[in-house]
Parts: sequence; structure tokens; C-alpha cells
Amino acid sequence: MDLYEYQGKELFARFGLPVSDGMVADTPEQVREAAEQIGAPVMVKAQVLVGGRGKAGGIKRAVTPDDAEQHARRILGMDIHGHVARRVWVERSSDIDREYYFSITLDRGAKQSLCMLTTAGGIDIEQVAEQTPEKLARVHVDPMQGFQPHHARRLCFGAGLPAEEIKQASKIMADAYRAYVETDAMLVEINPLIVTPDDGLRALDSKYTVDDNALFRHPDIAAMRDLEALDPQERMARERDVTYVKLDGTVGILGNGAGLVMSTLDVVAQAGGTPANFLDVGGGAQADQIVTALEVLLSNDRVRAVLFNVFGGITRCDEVARGILTALEQLHVSVPIVVRLDGTNDEEGRRLLADAAPPNVVVEATMLGAAQKVVELAGGAG
Amino acid sequence: MAIIVTAQTRLVVQGITGREGSFHAGRNRDYGTNLVAGVTPGKGGQSVGGTPVYDTVAETVAEHDANTAMVFVPPRFAADAIYEAVDAGIQTVVCITEGIPVHDMLRVYNYVRPKGVTLLGPNCPGALSPGIANVGIIPAQVFAGGRIGLISRSGTLTYQIGKELADAGLGNSTIVGIGGDPIVGMSFIDVLARFEADADTDLVVLVGEIGGDEEEKAAAYIARHMTTPVVAYIAGFEAPPGKTMGHAGAIISGSAGTAQGKKEALEECGVRVGSSPTETAALATEAFSRL
Repeated sequence: MDLYEYQGKELFARFGLPVSDGMVADTPEQVREAAEQIGAPVMVKAQVLVGGRGKAGGIKRAVTPDDAEQHARRILGMDIHGHVARRVWVERSSDIDREYYFSITLDRGAKQSLCMLTTAGGIDIEQVAEQTPEKLARVHVDPMQGFQPHHARRLCFGAGLPAEEIKQASKIMADAYRAYVETDAMLVEINPLIVTPDDGLRALDSKYTVDDNALFRHPDIAAMRDLEALDPQERMARERDVTYVKLDGTVGILGNGAGLVMSTLDVVAQAGGTPANFLDVGGGAQADQIVTALEVLLSNDRVRAVLFNVFGGITRCDEVARGILTALEQLHVSVPIVVRLDGTNDEEGRRLLADAAPPNVVVEATMLGAAQKVVELAGGAG
Repeated sequence: MAIIVTAQTRLVVQGITGREGSFHAGRNRDYGTNLVAGVTPGKGGQSVGGTPVYDTVAETVAEHDANTAMVFVPPRFAADAIYEAVDAGIQTVVCITEGIPVHDMLRVYNYVRPKGVTLLGPNCPGALSPGIANVGIIPAQVFAGGRIGLISRSGTLTYQIGKELADAGLGNSTIVGIGGDPIVGMSFIDVLARFEADADTDLVVLVGEIGGDEEEKAAAYIARHMTTPVVAYIAGFEAPPGKTMGHAGAIISGSAGTAQGKKEALEECGVRVGSSPTETAALATEAFSRL
């Protein structure tokens, strides 16, 4: 789960990291009030879960509360790379001398956490890593050891921080690591970590991702989820506990098991179609789950044909067939459905479908055959 | 001989009194796996389908010489269950549980690894050695016995490929699901090394997917260390970056972890990569016929 800047900063503050005073606001009037309370000049920053806000005009400096309100009128509702800014963060404007970068991420390959610090902050870190790797200090932290002062020293000396900043930076990094572990984060990034003219370090932005699987331990963070920001189909899927990712094609795809569904997307694309979604009904799916899944899938009006690709292991194909038949009774299904059932009770599943013989259901024997059929029924590419 | 689960496997199931735990423990036992005990804290003294239940794993090691544990407990208790098994002296832990927090697994991995314990999973279907033993949720009826080792990050996709191999008259020595999470115990490389050393495996089929760099590492390992031929399949060419595709670990981060990148890495190391499960089975059939 990705957090907005203001949510990440709220967690930063909780763990003792220095952030600027600020307030969230949903309307231009609230932005004016916030600017009055905080004291202008302020920064008005669009809250969207996407990079490149500044360049897109989503971050503005306001000298007066009036000014802040005017900026808010333009920023609120702005579409930034497909994300609509429905909220802004208003914070005290900072004097910036230098911009650094610090992050902690999960390094899957090393099976450890990776801390990175550079004085070349404020820009794309992948660019720094590629073009001037000597400027990027990288230190792995063994989770059993935790973040120690020697990690901080290696980072600071490695990145070439001035001696007078090392103590402050070390505390910030240790606090950030504590936040990272204690909130079950997958990523904590401070870019930029600014140095003010009086040599104070402060987190001017936050990028924060929390492990979905650990949200049960963090009800306060789970409550930060902004369902409104989700695509309507993805929101519906989340509310109904369906694993769904919307794509922009026309062939609706559902199956059991993440790997098989991913593979089905690929095979449909190879057959000339464009997948409209990824949908995994999970293991051991019952008929009612099939109905729910199909409902989510069909709520996307770009879907012109549907492919069910099921390999029964724990999931029983007869149960899937019953689910499809129930869905056809309960939902208004106007698009053709191609079904491919294999594995546990596949013959019974196919027999159920053949007996009921619904007009818009086609049963195919193989995955490739099913992919070709559904692409044909969806009207080819596009 | 097979790998990971063998005729020597003496299985204890942690979480055996749960719905899933009891169901799959029974299936594994019926298949012929030597299921010696189950564990559910507070339910010691009971029995599930004739299998004795204990409060601790240590008791099952002392009483029944259990050497393999299958973890079927809910995600929030799973890390503890793995630690318990390892501390009790269990040598092979198969963790089926899906949804374990990644920081838990980070600690578990770094605790378990130096001890030399084999940890398969989490979020995996387990391992099946046809005709010998089944530990996990793999539907054994799909697979035939044979000389092809199968490794995968995914469950049903593996069943698909296993079925296509069986249709072609080929079978498996062992089918190993390493799991779909960002941090798992055994990597592709760990399993490849076991297959390389296994006298009963003549060919390996590796089934990868987007996310991480395990397939790339496997490619380099195959080129350097394997004499057993390998055929591969990668799922997720159509997956958009930044979206988790069902498996917590199946996510393209920036430009890293793409299906195309993995396919190229494997092909550069001489591994043929099928474009679909069907083509992969065909490549495996062809490679097998040339042995």
C-alpha cells in the first residue's frame, strides 16, 4: 500500500524525523486557512500517488494566503499522469541550501534491507545510480542486527557528508529505519532530504510503501487507504476481496492462481487480443466467488468477451461450472464467455455446461484454443 | 531418489487441526507420505484421522523422529511456527501459508539460512515426488512419475505444464513450488543444485514469472554449474509495471523484473524459453528425446 506524502510525513513525525509544519486541505478555502495558520510563505503540494508532480504543475510556492488559495484552485482536480489531485498538503516553505537523498528498500536478492544515501538528491535516483554510482553510498542491513551506528557512518562517509552533518543525518537514518521496521514498510524514501542554510536537515518529501500482508498489525495505517483514488473496478474488487488488476484491453480474463492467470494474459496477447484485466479467483473457489469475480470483471464496459481459464487442483471444475451458470442467471451477461476447464472434476464441469447449454458460452479443450476463440469473439485486436 | 520430499520424509503438520491443515495432511498421507504427527498448541493428545496431535514440534521429533514440517498455520503465527520447527531440529520446512508479512520472512530467512535447514516457501504449493511422497497441496493425479525435475514460483501454472508433459508421455522426478512471495527460502538456484545432484533427474523445467531477479541468477547458475539441460517458461509479459499480479512477489519495479528481461537472460545462457505452457512442454519433450 502506497502512502501519500502527507501520510508518510505523519509517520515520519511519529518516529522523530524532522518535517516541516503543515496541514492537509481539500478545498481552496481550507488551503487559505491553512496558510494563515502556518504562516506564509507556504508550499501547496498536490497529493497524488505518482512521481513528477512538480514538473506537472502540482507543487506551487505561495507568498500569501490569497496566493495559496489561487494555486489550490488550479491544483485541486488537476490530472497528474492519470491521477486526480483531490487533496493538497500545505506546508511552511523551506530555505534550501542542498538536497540529499536517503532510502531504505527491501532487497529481495540479498534478503536484507538496503539503505542508500547520496548528496546528489532531488533528482531521479536511478539516474544517479547509473551515471555517478560513486556518489551513491549503499549499505545492506542484516535484519537480525538492525541498523547500527556503523551502518550510519559507512553511509555518511561513503556519500561524503560534511562532518558537521553526520550526527544529525545518522539520527535521521536510524529513526527512518525504525519507522521502516516498525510499520512493516517495503520502502521509505526521503527525496529530497534538505539541508537548510543553518545546517538543519529535514525530510521535504516522503515516499512510503507498507506491506499489505502486515496491515493487520497496523489498523491506523490500514485506515489511511484512499479507496476513492482507486479505479472503480479495482475499488469494487478490493471491497469484495477479489484479486484484480485493470488493464486497457477488451478480453476479460479470469482463472485460478496468479501464475496461470498471468500466463493466460500472455497467451491471449499472443493470439492477437488485448487483456482487459488480471483476475485471480484463488484456490478452492466456490460458486458464489465465481459470481462475484465475474461481476467485478463485467463492470468494466470495455470487456467484449470473457475467458475463464481454470486448472483444477484444489479448485473443482464442477464448482466453477456451477458458478458460471449461477452468474449467468443472476447477472446480465451480454458478452460471449469462453470456458476452458482442466484438472479436478473437469469432465463433470464440462458436462454441466453442455447440459445447460447457455447460448453465450463456448467450451474449449485447450488453453491455446480457448485464447484463439476468445480473441475471435472479442473481434480481434483493439 | 527424488529431492526434498523422499522415502525418508517423516512429516509433521503444524496446524493439523485447521480445516485446510487436516484436509491436506489427509491427502498427503493417503498418497503414501509418511505422516507421523501433527501439532496444534493446546490440542496435544487429540488425533486427526488417526494421526496423533502434539502441543509442540519438539515432542514430535522426540516421539516420532519427525524430520520434515509442513506449516499450515495462519499468516500472523507462521513465522513463529517456522522458528519452532527449526529450533526443534527439523531439517526440511515446507511453508504453505500465504500472506506472511515480508519483514517476518526477512528475519526468518536470515535466522534459518545459516543453520543449513531447507525452507521451501512460504506461499508455495509444496513438493511432490510422484510415487514416493507429497508434502503440500499439489494435486498428484495431474503428474506422472518420470525423470524431469519441475521448479516453479506458481501453483496452477505448474499443474498446467505438468499435465502437458504427462499428455506427451513424460513424467517428473520431483515437482517443487518455491513460492510467490518476495522473500522465500529455497531459490531457483538451490533447487537447481539439488536436481543437478539427483541421479533420477535428466532434465529440468523452470517456470518463472515477473518480479525480482531469481530467474536471472538462475540463468547464470545454469550456464556455469549445470550439466543437466534446462528448459524454461516465464509468465507475465502483459503485466504492467508497479502492479502486484496476485503473488506478492510478482511485481515489476521500475524497469527491473520484467518477463522480457528474464527471457533474454535465460536465452543468453543457452536456456530455451517457451512462449506458452504448451510450447514449453513441447520444448521439454524435444530436449528429452535428445538425451
